[in-house]
Amino acid sequence: MSDETIQSSNYEIPPEMQGTVSITSLDKVYAWSRKNSMWPMMFGLACCAIEMIVLAASRFDIARFGMEVMRPSPRQSDFLIVSGTVTKKMVPQIVRLYNQMPEPKYVVSMGACASGGGPFKEGYSVVSGIDKYIPVDVYIPGCPPTPQALLNGLIALTKKVDKERIKTSEWYAKGSEAAVPVPVLGPDLMDPRKYALIYEQTHRPIEPEIPAETEQKEG
Amino acid sequence: MSEEQVTVAQIPDISLQFEGRVVKDTRAGYSGFIVGAEHLLDVVQTLRDELGFDYLSSVTGVDYLPEGKMEVVYHLYRSIGGPALVFKVQVPRDEAVVPSLYHIFKSADWQEREAWDLMGIRFVGHPDLRRILTWEGFAGHPLRKDWKEPYFEEETKPYKSRWPEGITGYIEDNNPYHDNLQYPAGFDPETWIPQAEEALYASAQKIGRDKELHTDTVVVNLGPQHPSTHGVFRMVAALDGEQVVFLKPVVGYLHRNHEKIGERNTYLQNMPFTDRLDYVSSMSNNFGYALAVEKLMGIKPPERADYIRVMMAELTRWMNHVFSFGFLWNDLGSYFTPMIYALEERELILDIFEAVSGSRMMCNYFRFGGVARDLPEGVLNKVKELVFERMPRQLDAIDKMLSTNEIVRNRCIGCGVLTAEQAINNGASGPNLRASGVPYDIRRADPYSIYDRLDFDVVVHYHGDVYDRYLTRLDEARQSNRILQQVVRDIPEGPIMTGKPAYQVRVPAGEAYGRVEAPKGELGFYIVSTGKPNPWRYHVRAPSFINLTSLEDMCRGGKIADVVLNLGAIDIVLGEVDR
Amino acid sequence: MTGKGFLSMLLGVFKRFVMTYVEDFRKGKKRYYTAEGIESRRKADVQGIFTIQYPEEKLPVPEEFRFLPFLVYEEGPNGEKDLRCTSCGICAKVCPPQCISIVRTNDPVTGKPVPQPKEFYIDVDICMNCGLCAEYCPFDAIKMDHDYELASYTRQGNIYDIERLSKPVSYYAGIRPTNYSAEEHARQEKEALKAAAKKPAATEGAG
Repeated sequence: MSDETIQSSNYEIPPEMQGTVSITSLDKVYAWSRKNSMWPMMFGLACCAIEMIVLAASRFDIARFGMEVMRPSPRQSDFLIVSGTVTKKMVPQIVRLYNQMPEPKYVVSMGACASGGGPFKEGYSVVSGIDKYIPVDVYIPGCPPTPQALLNGLIALTKKVDKERIKTSEWYAKGSEAAVPVPVLGPDLMDPRKYALIYEQTHRPIEPEIPAETEQKEG
Repeated sequence: MSEEQVTVAQIPDISLQFEGRVVKDTRAGYSGFIVGAEHLLDVVQTLRDELGFDYLSSVTGVDYLPEGKMEVVYHLYRSIGGPALVFKVQVPRDEAVVPSLYHIFKSADWQEREAWDLMGIRFVGHPDLRRILTWEGFAGHPLRKDWKEPYFEEETKPYKSRWPEGITGYIEDNNPYHDNLQYPAGFDPETWIPQAEEALYASAQKIGRDKELHTDTVVVNLGPQHPSTHGVFRMVAALDGEQVVFLKPVVGYLHRNHEKIGERNTYLQNMPFTDRLDYVSSMSNNFGYALAVEKLMGIKPPERADYIRVMMAELTRWMNHVFSFGFLWNDLGSYFTPMIYALEERELILDIFEAVSGSRMMCNYFRFGGVARDLPEGVLNKVKELVFERMPRQLDAIDKMLSTNEIVRNRCIGCGVLTAEQAINNGASGPNLRASGVPYDIRRADPYSIYDRLDFDVVVHYHGDVYDRYLTRLDEARQSNRILQQVVRDIPEGPIMTGKPAYQVRVPAGEAYGRVEAPKGELGFYIVSTGKPNPWRYHVRAPSFINLTSLEDMCRGGKIADVVLNLGAIDIVLGEVDR
Repeated sequence: MTGKGFLSMLLGVFKRFVMTYVEDFRKGKKRYYTAEGIESRRKADVQGIFTIQYPEEKLPVPEEFRFLPFLVYEEGPNGEKDLRCTSCGICAKVCPPQCISIVRTNDPVTGKPVPQPKEFYIDVDICMNCGLCAEYCPFDAIKMDHDYELASYTRQGNIYDIERLSKPVSYYAGIRPTNYSAEEHARQEKEALKAAAKKPAATEGAG
């Protein structure tokens, strides 16, 4: 698919060897080979998952980007497409799957629901965006994004991967980030990082009007 | 057929037969009967055994907050066809206890659990009354009218904060946790002990203890992230060797509070939300909802709109069935090549949907009293090309490739058998019911729209196994094709809408239940209106949800590998199961 | 015979494989990277390869296609933007997930509302692309866009403001020519009717 060469422009190649020899940096080879074989995780959530399946089928065919190897196991996948509404009941599983993915790992938030809750945001069992729990690399708006819109997002992801360099990439830095704590299902979804806040909020003296529920109009 | 319809079309006045125990529902706009809670079991038993009402279609909880009452609405049918017998049980709101129908109709199983989970109605006698869509430990019963979600703004839409003094920024910034969260006062997260799974696993481990030769059963979890579960669906199976001795589905991983949002929405605003129920066949969902509201409003769409509706619904059915063959192949291990063929056909139909409605999947095309817009130029010709040439040809190709294939036959024949009695008792509907030898199709049993004028057969097969479910779908797709050929031939010119398009419709007070034969089965919408712009209660009788009741019956005694196949053959969509 | 059905399936797969090359041969170079080629791959009689080579070739979207909403403005002669929107609020009322939020302009002197929006926000992380706002807008001021290539690396700016939402009439006429001409036609008719109704009144007043 990609016609671009990995040849670095800094080096001159004798004319008789052009076309057979390329001189390039390790960084470039590394990024080039990685971006051309990104394996998504076979993980569908909701409506958007159908469009994701369609993307793998013949009309849009992600095999053209080296992404056709959908792995059901997180251990073998490079990126996770959060394809659809993220419910509170599902968040612990998603976080666990994300933790199980080998680094470097990427997350594509597909559709309005995954990015910010979508049309179901106002309800009681949907979280307002998966990025509250795991880091997201590419956001794709739409409800649902058409397969071409999703492809556009995946190309954006490969561009991001292409820019990464071994030395500067956070994935290989010392003290790479620890696993994301898995939320717990309590009376509502509980993020272990917020326990202190929850305690503080639930043990406040009861006021006549709880500010959390009133409409604050500012700005 | 027509003679029979006349005889079954009458609903007996059961208030005469059960005098003193049953009274007529006399509220304006309501129909049916009210049964005293203490007489419910006798009355239902008699209805089933003596009057032939053997199919419990839906159980709906309604919260009448101003009256301080909880109501449970039952829709009962005869499996030979005819309209519904509707009866209700009313109980006080703060002590909502109703006898469970589990032992008379197994189809009540999940629906009662749902009513317990969301409305807090306790069903006495239900053996496994756990939460189903939320999780064990969830605070409150969210569909109760006095329960407020974290982002609660107002009782009904449109919210006043959007205009003329609009808000800016994200709504979660007003929440102390910056997310859609709330906790009861005095709650301490450190001392919380999650209890969700214990009841579930306890019932799985009990199995097999009392056998002579004491062998250990292994409890296996499939899902919610599993390539064969068609979404976020989970099954807990106890295995004795390779054999399934116990299986409990766990759902709710895609519970998107469709019904709570539906009660805040105006009638029209619900239309695009219905698309997201069964997201593979959104046009059918539109159809059911439009019918239910039209019933309340007492309007009928013009002729052309009816034809367009049926055309869209049948295209959806064809597409859905072909899609399900792709999944069947997938589940049999032929990974993705056949799926690609199925999806190609689907793409061509989606092109039509996109041209007509503007979106591939979320069509939002039906309006009350018609459809949103007329067919654009050239679309009808495209449909003609498809239904007269490509669709029959491709179906034959699928038939040729699949029906005689040895792997398909060896694995599917005799797998996941559901008898006719079980199917009716479990409330199975659609191809699942008809594959078990029950010729029940709503398009014939209780005709709506223009189906009574169209020429088609009710497909029925008799073995009730996976192979017959497949054959039923195949033949049904052929019948859809036949309907489509008649529709594109006869479609008249004319208006596509009764009255003027309006974003605020007047819906008189009352209740209505509209049902259609969706590709997956009986899709029903139960709506209670108080005359306001928003429905008071909006309940979806989702076919996939109730069809799943049969999963355990199909899988028990079979091999674990066949579980995947059985699940695939039920043809579920999680958007509809969990709503 | 055992294996017959199996072989017939394999034969079906093989036929498709062969047809790709037959079609390539038959259609020649026109088959790829041309509008005609894309059209031929979405017809009812398509055989062989089915793939649209995004991003080099894009599947054309039909006129009714809807993605996110945008606001239509009339272009003035000096490049000024005159939004058609009168901030009547119907779109905000009809929006199912309530993702539209409008601040109405008030006249600084009298304090009375002026028919134009001061702020107009659409949260695209909530929008469900249903198209009801465009369908029920009485001024043809909000329409559904065809642009779907909107992937971004951050969520910042996913609440579209009036600047981001505004697009000229010429753009609208370009993506939805049939709708546009039908609306223009209806408007001209309406204006003609209005003028016809006004004329006798005016002459009466003069007389």
